[in-house]
Amino acid sequence: MELGVHGRPSPGVTRDQGLEMYRQMLRIRLFEEQVNELYTGGKMPGLAHLYIGEEAVAVGICQALRRDDYITSTHRGHGHCLAKGAAPDRMFAELLGKAAGYCRGKGGSMHIADPETGNLGANAIVGGSTGIAAGAALSAKMRATDQVAVCFFGDGALNQGLLYEAMNMASLWKLPVIYVCEHNRFGEYTAASEVTAGDPKARPAAWGVSTEEVDGQDVRAVHAAALPAVERARRGEGPAFLICHTYRFRGHHVGDINRASYRAAEEEQAWTHDRDPVRLLGLWLIQQRMADAAALERIEDGARTEIEAGVAFALQAPYPDPSEVTEDVYA
Amino acid sequence: MREVTFGQAIREALAEEMRRDPRVFIVGEDVAEAGTVFKVLSGLVDEFGRERVIDSPISEAGITGIGVGAAMTGMRPVIDIMFGDFLTLAMDQIANQAAKVHYMSGGKLRAPLVVRTTMGATRRSAAQHSQSLYAWVAHVPGLKVALPSTPADAKGLLKTAIRDDNPVVFFEDKMMYSLRGPVPDGDHTVPFGVADIKRPGTDVTIVATSSMVHTALQAARLLEEDGISAEIVDPRTLLPLDGETIIASVRKTGRAIVVDEGYQQYGVTAEIASLIADGAFDYLDAPVKRLGAMNVPVPFSPVLEDLTVPTPEAVAALAKALCGQG
Repeated sequence: MELGVHGRPSPGVTRDQGLEMYRQMLRIRLFEEQVNELYTGGKMPGLAHLYIGEEAVAVGICQALRRDDYITSTHRGHGHCLAKGAAPDRMFAELLGKAAGYCRGKGGSMHIADPETGNLGANAIVGGSTGIAAGAALSAKMRATDQVAVCFFGDGALNQGLLYEAMNMASLWKLPVIYVCEHNRFGEYTAASEVTAGDPKARPAAWGVSTEEVDGQDVRAVHAAALPAVERARRGEGPAFLICHTYRFRGHHVGDINRASYRAAEEEQAWTHDRDPVRLLGLWLIQQRMADAAALERIEDGARTEIEAGVAFALQAPYPDPSEVTEDVYA
Repeated sequence: MREVTFGQAIREALAEEMRRDPRVFIVGEDVAEAGTVFKVLSGLVDEFGRERVIDSPISEAGITGIGVGAAMTGMRPVIDIMFGDFLTLAMDQIANQAAKVHYMSGGKLRAPLVVRTTMGATRRSAAQHSQSLYAWVAHVPGLKVALPSTPADAKGLLKTAIRDDNPVVFFEDKMMYSLRGPVPDGDHTVPFGVADIKRPGTDVTIVATSSMVHTALQAARLLEEDGISAEIVDPRTLLPLDGETIIASVRKTGRAIVVDEGYQQYGVTAEIASLIADGAFDYLDAPVKRLGAMNVPVPFSPVLEDLTVPTPEAVAALAKALCGQG
């Protein structure tokens, strides 16, 4: 059994849970590989920030949530949307600026929102949703539901003041919000160690927020940390802060090909080869005799079929009518 | 009709809307027992409790963000930003989040949020507590901007703002809280996008906003002594803006001045002057003139501060010149 960052054994999951997590992570991986192709093939406008390598965070967290729980996401948000229940076809349509997209082509990659799955939107302002998540949590508390809100953000947002304003109120008011820091080691092209002083987990701890640090490549560890945080929040016992150590396998965005200026090829190789979250879970499932190679292949085939159908749908979908440009400015 | 102060009208609007709709709540600095630094919210916490009148830390961006999130998930928050100058701290949440959420989500999410804040100079509060920054807000599509000038408009517009499904930034002139005026009984609301003719006239149209409505009314009394009849048009909301009423008035009078307490450079006066030029050019007997706050940080010294804001005398002098009596 592999060891997490604290040297604790990774917790177990049931066979069904493990297979579902594997399926979800593969969907994200394959989705992002298709995004890469669409973008480099000149079919996708704008920017694409790939989540490859970080799949265990979104899946480990979202598997601990209900459909009516809220998430807020980031500019690197495809994985969060999928893990919370969004459909690949409408996501691809949004990425291509098509009318069938989740935002009718007005949001694009960095703004996908899907209220039906509790997704309050990806956000292209780093740290921009840290208040919104607390607000959703305040709303859940005032409406006396037991919903929780999860705020995904990267290590770059650790240095945005809004996070600490919101966390202060979340702690004071015992709001059911969980801040999930996807510490992928780089904010754009700069190493976190160059821009983040001290120990990041000392910051939420100073606000009296329950804080935990986990191996973000181990979906079982992420999930095991998420479960008690979600349950505590549901019981009205206040916010939590999880730092998930992960790694951005690709560049800041698809066009960030030459990364030598900020990280070594050996480092990338070590992470992508030894710390691939999808591979790690697959190996564990096989070791536990919960699945064999053929079963995992069947899961992969199913995910690939879904993703390819989604791309085909989006490529054929029509663009929005020009008259839609002035719609939805006001409700 | 009952006479109440501007501050009382705001308080009544909030109380009535909070009674009517359990989703409405207030969050801001010193809003509960203190009733804000201007005492406008005094007593609301006694009726609605600290769960619905929530004292926040001094965290303008944080409370605005929390308001956006609460609004997106079924509540109707009213955020209190003590001085309009502090909107700068909350501007990402207003301009990039609240204003955009409906459009960016293709119409699926909405942020029915009211940001109440103050505006205006002449309180000797110096450069960081005296600005009228609504032009910043009105620049951004997706927001609505209200500028009441009377107790009746304050009450009616605030009730409309709270019921609106969009983010509304609501500017109250802090010099007007003690202004008294008639307020209709019952559920008095004022629609957005409908200007009000505060005084009818025939020789010159003065389009004036918020505090400047009263400056313009004083100017009109001065002009009356010279036989000039000024019509005062108060847009009441900048977004949406009632261009039709403004243009109709200028077509009638043939002359127009736009008076506003925001900085003149790149400000509200330019937008409205341009609207008039487009819609009433053939009816104009003189160029459209505008008067805003001087393009300087608002100074502390009373002698200097008073120079920065348009005065009735300045408005009247400009109107006389336009009417050929200068």
